[in-house]
Amino acid sequence: MASSYQIAVLGDKDSVMGFKALGLTVFPAESVEQARSTLHRIAKEDYAVVYLTEQFAAQMEADIARYKDELTPAIILIPGKEGSLGMGMANIKKSVERAVGADIL
Amino acid sequence: MASTVVNPTRMELTRLKGKLKTAQRGHKLLKDKRDELMKQFLDTVRELRALRTQVEQDLMRVHSSFTVASALMSTQAMEQALMCPKQSVELTMTFKNVMSVNVPEYHYQTRTDDTGDIFPYGFAATSGELDGAVAALGEVFQNMLKLAQTEKAAQLMAEEIEKTRRRVNALEYVVIPETQENIRYITMKLDENDRSTTTRLMKVKDMLLEQALEEKRAETAKAIKAFGGSSEQPQQI
Repeated sequence: MASSYQIAVLGDKDSVMGFKALGLTVFPAESVEQARSTLHRIAKEDYAVVYLTEQFAAQMEADIARYKDELTPAIILIPGKEGSLGMGMANIKKSVERAVGADIL
Repeated sequence: MASTVVNPTRMELTRLKGKLKTAQRGHKLLKDKRDELMKQFLDTVRELRALRTQVEQDLMRVHSSFTVASALMSTQAMEQALMCPKQSVELTMTFKNVMSVNVPEYHYQTRTDDTGDIFPYGFAATSGELDGAVAALGEVFQNMLKLAQTEKAAQLMAEEIEKTRRRVNALEYVVIPETQENIRYITMKLDENDRSTTTRLMKVKDMLLEQALEEKRAETAKAIKAFGGSSEQPQQI
């Protein structure tokens, strides 16, 4: 197992541009299709964390679910430029429901 | 409920008793595991919620300052400014074992130690808003990494809890009752066999006694005949 990983940021160009300055690997995507294929491609490589904007995530839930139980990559939703869709919070709620059987928080 | 056919033998009984014992022990252990995992999971989730709210707020602030910056600069100029990063981040991942769930822990190293290296451009040609935005993003990033770690941990733990819960329920509601039922069935069957053996023996004993009596009687009759020919009962004097 390679012990050294990278961090990817996937989203529309305006939302992810700034991350480039921090030294993260940025994958600007123009369409959902492109984002989807990029996600599958980088999932196979050495990326431990993938930050994905909620705007794209909303339309590729099935693809994200595929990596949910895998150790890498961890797909973390971040709000894009247009604001938060509340998906991140909804996901937390979902995993609580999955574990407990009901949302108890 | 004994859906499967069990052999009512002593060997099977011993086997089932062993199975029941294992199942009960496993059930207890898994239940403990589930409870502890749940406790840890809820702590993680609480932390995660706070962290996510924080990160989302911060990121929105960063986005808005980027918007301001892009309003002040041309798109090309901004792209150019951010195009060639000086800094790069490497991530090492270690695992922490939380109740047999491997939870990742991320540690990151930047290529250079200088915090100023997140600005990959000269300050002369860019607006001050961009500096602010990039600096703010650099601060959020710490929390974002922590968020990633916590969120992944929560997801993995949720999966494990679900699995454990199913196992606990399967043992509690299927395996253990079924085994108990089977044990009861075998015990009753064996008892029944015992009883029927006893009755048979009693019956056989009765028959043997009857036969012996019959023989005795025949012997007496023969003796009387040989003695006097009188078949009458001995007379009273």
